[in-house]
Amino acid sequence: MSAKKADAKPNVSAEELMGHYREMLLIRRFEEKAGQLYGMGLIGGFCHLYIGQEAVVVGLEAAAEEGDKRVTSYRDHGHMLACGMDPKGVMAELTGREGGYSRGKGGSMHMFSKEKHFYGGHGIVAAQVPLGAGLAFADKYLDNKRVTFAYFGDGAANQGQVYEAYNMAELWDLPVVFVIENNQYAMGMSVKRSTKSPSLWERGAAYGIPGEEVDGMDVLAVKAAGERAVAHCRSGEGPYILEVKTYRYRGHSMSDPAKYRTREEVQKMKDERDPIEQVRDMLLTGKYASEDDLKAIDKEIKAIVNESAEFAKTSPEPDLSELWTDIYTDA
Amino acid sequence: MAIEILMPALSPTMEEGTLAKWLVKEGDTVSSGDILAEIETDKATMEFEAVDEGVIGKILIAEGTEGVKVNVAIAVLLEDGEDASAAVASSAPAETATAAPAAAPAASSAAPVAVSVPQSPDWPEGTKMKQMTVREALREGMSEEMRADETVYLMGEEVGEYQGAYKISQGMLDEFGAKRVVDTPITELGFAGIAVGSAMAGLRPIVEFMTFNFALQAMDHIINSAAKTLYMSGGQMGAPIVFRGPNGAAARVGAQHSQDFAAWFMQIPGLKVVMPYSAADAKGLMKTAIRDNNPVIFLENEIMYGKTFEVPDVEDFTIPFGKAKIEREGSDVTIVTFGIGMTYALAAADKLAEDGISAEVINLRSLRPMDTETILASVRKTNRCVTVEEGWPQGSVGGYISGVIMQEAFDYLDAPVITCTGKDVPMPYAANLEKHALLTADEVVEACKKVTYR
Ligand SMILES: Cc1ncc(C[n+]2csc(CCOP(=O)(O)OP(=O)(O)O)c2C)c(N)n1
Ligand SMILES: [Mg+2]
Repeated sequence: MSAKKADAKPNVSAEELMGHYREMLLIRRFEEKAGQLYGMGLIGGFCHLYIGQEAVVVGLEAAAEEGDKRVTSYRDHGHMLACGMDPKGVMAELTGREGGYSRGKGGSMHMFSKEKHFYGGHGIVAAQVPLGAGLAFADKYLDNKRVTFAYFGDGAANQGQVYEAYNMAELWDLPVVFVIENNQYAMGMSVKRSTKSPSLWERGAAYGIPGEEVDGMDVLAVKAAGERAVAHCRSGEGPYILEVKTYRYRGHSMSDPAKYRTREEVQKMKDERDPIEQVRDMLLTGKYASEDDLKAIDKEIKAIVNESAEFAKTSPEPDLSELWTDIYTDA
Repeated sequence: MAIEILMPALSPTMEEGTLAKWLVKEGDTVSSGDILAEIETDKATMEFEAVDEGVIGKILIAEGTEGVKVNVAIAVLLEDGEDASAAVASSAPAETATAAPAAAPAASSAAPVAVSVPQSPDWPEGTKMKQMTVREALREGMSEEMRADETVYLMGEEVGEYQGAYKISQGMLDEFGAKRVVDTPITELGFAGIAVGSAMAGLRPIVEFMTFNFALQAMDHIINSAAKTLYMSGGQMGAPIVFRGPNGAAARVGAQHSQDFAAWFMQIPGLKVVMPYSAADAKGLMKTAIRDNNPVIFLENEIMYGKTFEVPDVEDFTIPFGKAKIEREGSDVTIVTFGIGMTYALAAADKLAEDGISAEVINLRSLRPMDTETILASVRKTNRCVTVEEGWPQGSVGGYISGVIMQEAFDYLDAPVITCTGKDVPMPYAANLEKHALLTADEVVEACKKVTYR
């Protein structure tokens, strides 16, 4: 069932590579800043950082077209930045301010953007998977040739509703890419401790859904796989599964001491597999860019992130009347 | 709560019978299967067995009485720890229901009827106490029962190696091993079903939901499987199981992670529903829950986990279900609450005292069965009632209580019951909005002033 993998790295322009670098760096620096603001008490509740996983969303967004949809879990900051949502609005939602995407009412886990076709931000593990299939159901129904990316974790992959969605998605040829972000842990539970399935994407075979495993630390590999998946979906052949092997550097949420893995394990990933460092190396060794060029990007990103933090701190709290709005819309 | 033993129908056509002989007397301890009485039906003399266990508190129909109608109370059975005065209280509603309407109107506002409030001591005076957090109390309750009964096991997400998402089960994997402290994948519907199945086959599972928000995934097994099997099987098999975990709002975790399901579960026949406030409640109710042969919904609260209380330092401390605790005596208004609602109620009672209003605070602890007798007795004394809960207003626990009060003690009321609840909105994330969505002690004070016309 597996689609053929690309055997060599695709040719890539300096501009494209720089773009990936810039976007991944934006997510990384944004998340570091969010961690900082959390520590200062400006962000509350659950806050799940995406650090380490940047190549997944950046690679897949590079394979998406205008109008394609995406939906994900609570670990959603990276997805929002990658699909072009404004860092200021995302950060201000984290601080619960009026300038946030949900005007402060959603928080870190619950943000949405109709404009950018971002359908959330869901706190219940795996709930976004049938929702994603439903977005694709609407696209097929309306015959608008759009594709939906439904992102979920390795832990979520054990929820029954995933398989109900798989079955219907294939039965009805729904244009949805099921993206399993396998970062090896669901809170403290490693994949090995939660299933004896040797691979997660292969479970799709039971429903007739093709898929493949992807190196999620390699943004170009992710993009290439994304293009295969999107082509399959857009041609009307139904869903596709990508199991993207990735890694989160930080704890599950801000309050996770992460005792279930060794410091060495994390360090090894950072040293050897870091998605941003890989592209940086490529840029420098391939002479696509100079150290100075990259420094300029770093500076630019830093400014964007600082601006978002400043906005998030100074944007006012929502008006108290907001408590009572948006429970119902006009009948 | 005292159980009324009803005249049984011992033949398909029996409508009344003769209570030929009592084989037990008041004060006897009985367990299910013990023969209580001989009853002559229209066809034969039958032995009548106990289904519940407890102590015979009061025999209501003397032996030799003829023409006793089916389903009339013939005796009152007390559960663990109850004293005989509860039996009288519990057999009272029939009398008050008929007597009150005539007597009360004149009496209620002018001269409050003297109704002695039943004390509910969970432990005798002078009992040695120890300090403990709610978290430790929950753990100790579970661990003691697991030591005592090999069939009790704990199952849930991150309960083992991670030591519990909220550290309730810390150390339990070490003590009991992976066979009895079972880490599950994230599959609430699946593991709830597996746990119920295992309960039907003789085990006594404790299912931890990381939070009750995720129990929504498992709702079908909780309600359609756990709560109904005993009934559907004609009593052949049920599900002795405890579903537990944090319920209600934590802090700043938004709409999908902040909700109180007490009123939801309380509606279901076949479930028992408890919500502890203190560490003593937590431990005593937990042990009772695990021993109970029925499915129990055990609603904890993340915010309360770290709070410290005194807990009796005794061998085997339990708190019976269906027994409220008067946490603070008062004479002007009755505040009925449970779980974290207690913190608002006690804070409000303090503030009210400064204004010369004496509030009685009732900690329900158990929502199903509910100790309405204690509520009614208090309301007959204070003539005013305010209920306090974190959940939403429509279909609330307080709404049910106010209905009971209206039906059973209408003439004792000097003001309509006010139900203080969380706001009728999904929980917002923003700090200022969340503060306003939640119940406050000031709102309770305001409600109490309103019902006392101050
Ligand atoms: C239905 C449900 N059960 C449990 C949780 C608590 N929870 C939140 S995230 C999480 C782990 C999910 O892991 P995974 O799917 O691998 O995603 P990751 O966090 O690694 O991105 C758990 C158990 C939840 N939010 N929803
Ligand atoms: Mg994961």
